[in-house]
Amino acid sequence: MLQVLLVAVQLIMLLSLSPFIVGLIRKVKARLQCRRGASVLQPYADLAKLFRKEPVISSTTSWIFTAAPYIVFASTVAAGLLMPVFVSRSPLNFAGNIIALVYLLALGTFFMILAGLDAGSAFGGMGSSREAIVATLAEPAMMLSILAIALTAGSTNLSTIVHKSALLEGVVLAPPAHLMALAALFIVTLAETGRVPVDNPATHLELTMIHEAMVLEYSGRYLALMEWAAGIKLLVFLTLIVNVFAPWGIATSLTPSSVALGVVVYLLKVSGLAVVIGVIESMFAKLRLFRVPELLGAAFILSLLALVFFYTLRG
Amino acid sequence: MTTLLTVLLACYLFGGLAPLCLPRRSNLQNLLAHGCAAAGGVVGLALGVVGLLAADPLTGSLSSNIPYLVFALRLDALAAFFVLTISLVGLAASIYALGYMAEFSGRLSLAAIGSLLNGFLLSMTLVVLADNGFFFLILWEMMSLLSYALVVTEYEQPGVREAGLFYLIMTHVGTAFIILTFLILFQETGSFSFEGFRHPDQRLPEGLRSLAFFTALVGFGAKAGIVPLHVWLPYAHPAAPSHVSALMSGVMIKTAVYALIRVYFDFLGGQFPWWWGFTILVVGSVSALLGVMYALMEHDLKSLLAFHSVENIGIILLGIGAGMIFHTYGLHELAALGLLAGLYHTINHAAFKALLFMGAGSVLFVTHTRNIEEYGGLLRRMPWTGACFLIGAWSIAALPPTNGFVSEWLVFQSLFLSFQLPTLFLKLMLPIAAAMLALTGALALACFAKAFGMSFLAQPRSTHARHAREVPMSMRIGMGLLAGACVLLGLAPMLVVPLLDRITGSLTGVAIGAKVLALDGWVVAPVTVEFSSISMPVLAALLVGVGLLGLLLARMIGKPLRMRYYKTWGCGLNLTPRMEYTATGFVQPIKRVFGTIYRPTVKLETEFLEQSKYFIKHQRFEFHIEPLFEKYLYKPVVAFLLAMADRLRIIQAGSLHLYLAYIFVTLVLLLLWAV
Repeated sequence: MLQVLLVAVQLIMLLSLSPFIVGLIRKVKARLQCRRGASVLQPYADLAKLFRKEPVISSTTSWIFTAAPYIVFASTVAAGLLMPVFVSRSPLNFAGNIIALVYLLALGTFFMILAGLDAGSAFGGMGSSREAIVATLAEPAMMLSILAIALTAGSTNLSTIVHKSALLEGVVLAPPAHLMALAALFIVTLAETGRVPVDNPATHLELTMIHEAMVLEYSGRYLALMEWAAGIKLLVFLTLIVNVFAPWGIATSLTPSSVALGVVVYLLKVSGLAVVIGVIESMFAKLRLFRVPELLGAAFILSLLALVFFYTLRG
Repeated sequence: MTTLLTVLLACYLFGGLAPLCLPRRSNLQNLLAHGCAAAGGVVGLALGVVGLLAADPLTGSLSSNIPYLVFALRLDALAAFFVLTISLVGLAASIYALGYMAEFSGRLSLAAIGSLLNGFLLSMTLVVLADNGFFFLILWEMMSLLSYALVVTEYEQPGVREAGLFYLIMTHVGTAFIILTFLILFQETGSFSFEGFRHPDQRLPEGLRSLAFFTALVGFGAKAGIVPLHVWLPYAHPAAPSHVSALMSGVMIKTAVYALIRVYFDFLGGQFPWWWGFTILVVGSVSALLGVMYALMEHDLKSLLAFHSVENIGIILLGIGAGMIFHTYGLHELAALGLLAGLYHTINHAAFKALLFMGAGSVLFVTHTRNIEEYGGLLRRMPWTGACFLIGAWSIAALPPTNGFVSEWLVFQSLFLSFQLPTLFLKLMLPIAAAMLALTGALALACFAKAFGMSFLAQPRSTHARHAREVPMSMRIGMGLLAGACVLLGLAPMLVVPLLDRITGSLTGVAIGAKVLALDGWVVAPVTVEFSSISMPVLAALLVGVGLLGLLLARMIGKPLRMRYYKTWGCGLNLTPRMEYTATGFVQPIKRVFGTIYRPTVKLETEFLEQSKYFIKHQRFEFHIEPLFEKYLYKPVVAFLLAMADRLRIIQAGSLHLYLAYIFVTLVLLLLWAV
């Protein structure tokens, strides 16, 4: 029963926190650009409004177009449920490990690409095509960086990784390997969640966008689900980074005090990382599409080095 | 079991011979041939299950007058698994063929095609059952020749005969190497029986064993389509009728996987050097990556699928290769895991690849073109075919919760467990192979997003596609059967793993089934649940549950759903299919990023109006990618052979006397040598 409750709390947390994170990043960017910016709570209002709007659907589309938002939403949230958020032992730990998480997110990407193609406009196709190459190049780097982490914990199950490193009080066995894997995963995060310098979530200029182009034809509740899923995906990656690389303070037991502490610490860490992303988005310009492979190639090399360091430093 | 085997033989033989005896009643011929083949499939499924569950292998043999040739059959767990796989696809393909044959009705003899199909199924089934090297070779050759005959079914079409010839040559080069393998084994044991080959006290010298490893790899690799021996696949598979393509790509190339496992683990299985497994691993990752990369650039739907067979054989070999490496170092449980992953992917690939080929066949059936660029919008016109193709694409892209995901996950796990190996080199190489596999998986996703998206979504790009209609019922049943198999194999690893465990258990000596399945089979966990686990039923339930939650949220937050349909915004213009993204455009970034491998050449010719160069009269765009292996490996070999033949031609003067002189000289020389 307690386990079910935990899953429910985690679900509500993912759903409710993700718009806040999106709003927070926007706020940070606005402040850095000397604007006041919209409220941090604006994305909630946006979602609510979109849910109430009457959707306009392209008459050339098939059922894929209307099914895709639900599948994208489902796969992203399911991926989020597999990982530990504020309690190191996620109840759904057994259901899937880190590879399952990566592939669940890929499922969302697949249907998003299909949806982009379905409306039949050139913009959607362009977005889909670009998303395909970015996702393709991000995946090997992600796999290797995750493996480097998994090796230090001796497991590919996220809960085990987080639980073990939390109990070690954050002691890591090979700091260089860890740092490199962190850098690689961070670059992958920027690429997978459509952030500057890979994609610009704020632009609606057709030639530069990837994610926005794919969902261009969506409106109403379908757009709301897509946007929400994108926010959750960002939160999933941020949670992954903070919990795997800095699991300090996460609740390792289910006592009320440690859970409360876990929630507070988690909120602080995720918000902190969101601020970092906001700062980075303000500091860098978006890369040309064909520069992105170099960035992701660097992430791949970093994660490979992390692996080499892991083995050589342990002797 | 013997009864089942007899019935199986009877079904296929009757299905092979009876239609030929019927007079010109093509409907009846069709029904008889494919009905028998389907019955054979059902019996084969039963035989496979019984064989997998049986405690001891079933054997039977008939001796012959020819020395060393014994018609020996042996149904052990490994053979039974492949019988099961072949029969599953055979059953679906036969049902599918009932409707698909309309394509050939009146043009070609349905009796001949149906009878060849029965023979092909029979020879494939017997190949995995054969228990004698000599007999195996005969059946192998039968399988190759019958499939050749099926490839050239539409011999009058351009390119088909060339494809057939190419296939015939490649498969015979392969057969030559297989003969070599068996001769090496024969030399030491003095018998062609498999029992002799696998004799434990057989002690081949190390060098000869390695030679046998290599010849088997080349010989069976040519059939499996590993890089660089894969070049015939994209020609031969698309040329055959679609249900035959499904069989060739889905199961025929698997007989090579069977034979490789048989030779490496059964015959030479005691102990082998680490570089055997490593070679398989390298071959596997290169095949996987190059297969999918070339598939991406392919716009002929069936060629695209053929290249994906190269990819998936690579993935299977990654599992087997990892298993072989673990086997070398005595990590038998991990060896069993790698092998199990490879075998799981084998049956999965058989199911979804055959499904996809049938889907492609259905599209071909109504549009009469294989070019993806001429499809579009088919999902609205062919909902059943579209849904089946989507399930196939979902599975082959290894996305949860389908079967492709389970087996790829297992391959990943066996590669990740490399940290238990003693050498740093292999510790690093296996994760790199895993990264290659990740890249392969991502590219496969892109490729099937292209294949499905361009074929079934958006607006039709040609009149063929605009007038498409759903295919006949029997074709839908054939596809539905395999789609169901894909879902079942994905959601129920608890049914599949114990069966596979009987095979890996007998080959590696340890049973891991009980260990791999934790929590009453709800979880697949290669080591422990703490270490790594997935639960397919739970993942599926999670996806459905959250999807329903999304629906519920939309209903709760939103107003009652009222949708408005309107045309897609086209910047103020009316959107036509010509404005859609094309398959070529879709893969353009990938082509550019991996330019070193593709070496693309682009040609753009523009003709301007005389008045001004700002107005274009005519524009022509061409792009090609360089087929590396054909250009740098096969062309030089062919050129060399032709040049040599040219030189040797002088001895062939056309004079009988001269030929008699040759024979005489040879005889004298041989006699001298003998003395």
